[in-house]
Amino acid sequence: MVKNALTTLLIWLTAILVSGVFVWLLADIIIHGLPKLSWSFLVETPKNAGRSGGIGPIIVSTLLILGVAMVTAIPLSLATAVLLSEFTRHDSVFGRLVRRSLDVLAGVPSIVFGLFGNAVFCIYLGLGFSILSGGLTLACMVLPLLIRTAEEGLQAAPNEYRLASAALGMSRSATLVHLLLPAATPALVAGLMLGVGRAIAETAALIFTSGYVDRMPDSLFDSGRALSVHIYDLSMNVAGGDASAYSSALVLILLLLMINSIALSLANQWLHRSVVTA
Amino acid sequence: MSHFINNKSEQVDKSNTDDAYTLGPLQVGLPCCMPEPLIRVDNLSLHYGLKPALEDVSLDIYKGCITALIGPSGCGKTSFLSVLNRLTDLIPDCRISGNVHYDTMDLRHPALDVQRLRRDIGMIFQKPVPFPLSIRRNIELPLREHGMSKQAGLNDVVQQVLQDVGLWEEVKNRLESPALALSGGQQQRLCIARALALQPKVLLMDEPCSALDPISSGVVEDLIQRLRGKYTVVIVTHNLAQARRIANYAGFFWIKDQRAGCLIEFGQCKQIFEAPVHELTAAYVNGSRG
Ligand SMILES: Nc1ncnc2c1ncn2[C@@H]1O[C@H](COP(=O)(O)OP(=O)(O)O)[C@@H](O)[C@H]1O
Ligand SMILES: [Mg+2]
Repeated sequence: MVKNALTTLLIWLTAILVSGVFVWLLADIIIHGLPKLSWSFLVETPKNAGRSGGIGPIIVSTLLILGVAMVTAIPLSLATAVLLSEFTRHDSVFGRLVRRSLDVLAGVPSIVFGLFGNAVFCIYLGLGFSILSGGLTLACMVLPLLIRTAEEGLQAAPNEYRLASAALGMSRSATLVHLLLPAATPALVAGLMLGVGRAIAETAALIFTSGYVDRMPDSLFDSGRALSVHIYDLSMNVAGGDASAYSSALVLILLLLMINSIALSLANQWLHRSVVTA
Repeated sequence: MSHFINNKSEQVDKSNTDDAYTLGPLQVGLPCCMPEPLIRVDNLSLHYGLKPALEDVSLDIYKGCITALIGPSGCGKTSFLSVLNRLTDLIPDCRISGNVHYDTMDLRHPALDVQRLRRDIGMIFQKPVPFPLSIRRNIELPLREHGMSKQAGLNDVVQQVLQDVGLWEEVKNRLESPALALSGGQQQRLCIARALALQPKVLLMDEPCSALDPISSGVVEDLIQRLRGKYTVVIVTHNLAQARRIANYAGFFWIKDQRAGCLIEFGQCKQIFEAPVHELTAAYVNGSRG
């Protein structure tokens, strides 16, 4: 009886503690970040090392880096996941090797990816400090996560679909497109959101690859400063940059929420379309 | 000829809803005057890895007839059906030996057009597997994949096969609603309709009624009876009374020596149930073993 009550108490305490930390964090950012947040903050260029002015170019750079990362990582990860789940045997040497490598890669600290990206994309491929280098480095970083979640989503699709579809003389690719991918969509979206979250919050890997420059980028070959790098710089290197840092952090969180809800609603629409009509 | 009449006469007018079906009235007996083998299986053995699942099975499936396969779980009935439409291709490690011929085709030929074959030999599973699509899309999807794209033609086929399985009146006003919302029996009939839409010659049914309630099971059983003559049906069933009611031929599988399944006895349904040659068959159909 006492033991039970104690357990309940403990569970509640942890729940309150966890959500308390989250609420505190959010409140802190909102309280400090909201006053400076305005339309001009969103569109203007930073002045005085970011102490005043806005974060227009930085938002653009962030979205470009994220765009490059996702445009590269999504098709690659989907293709790899399909290959692993549908076209290789689960216990094959190839499959085991790839899975093990991915799991190790997923745990590698991001700064290592930064150094790798710097060596490969910036120097070896000659892309220099650029949005392209940064985006490709982030793609490498989120690839393991995206592949593993997509693969697990496909694996979780009922095997009966594969059998029933084959028994109707349908090809494997048709089964994949019409039945397995839709069934795996929730998992794909969940993985995508985790990936976007990791990518948009990345600082270490980007400092070495996409650089610090806070001008508006002209092309993907320009250096561009990501929001997370901006926040890091403001709070570490710029005295009196705290207010801007808070506002930038708030923008970062809002951006993440926005991207997530767009991804969710797109997926819902697509699912709905493929389920109900042609 | 008369040996085909293996059904009791009270089965004849069991259903009074004939007008809901377009496949025609219940047929009892006399499906075909001259039994003509459509699928011939000789010395078929099947291994999963090193484990034998079927050993030395030989039997003929007769055109237009209903062939029932009975036997305890695990004796390889599902595996046997999967050989006939090459669904075994999907199982890694599955090795087959022996000869299987469909019409004049060698079913084990490596260059066989498997997708084409599976349109000819449809399969119904124990658990109904409607796709998570609308009722209409369930039937249209395989048709579209096989190159039929005119919506008018598709509409006709959808209506035709739904009428064939007696589902049209029940669903004609909600063709766009999800197939998963149908009842179990309706789902199974939708799956049969989906298979019929491809105009198969043979239907393999793996315990099609065992996941259904008795009423739905009866409806599906009636439907299978209506398929006789127009389609060649191979049905696995654990319901001996059902096998006895609907089948022209019956095969009894058993696990020999705790090892592999094999065919103990095959023959006309009446003979298997009323005058079995093998003592195992006798014990099984009388319910004293299995
Ligand atoms: N995919 C598979 N891999 C390995 N063994 C299997 C597989 N499918 C069936 N078996 C084995 O083969 C034997 C026959 O199974 P099955 O054909 O499903 O029998 P039944 O349908 O008569 O119950 C069983 O012992 C089963 O464990
Ligand atoms: Mg079975």
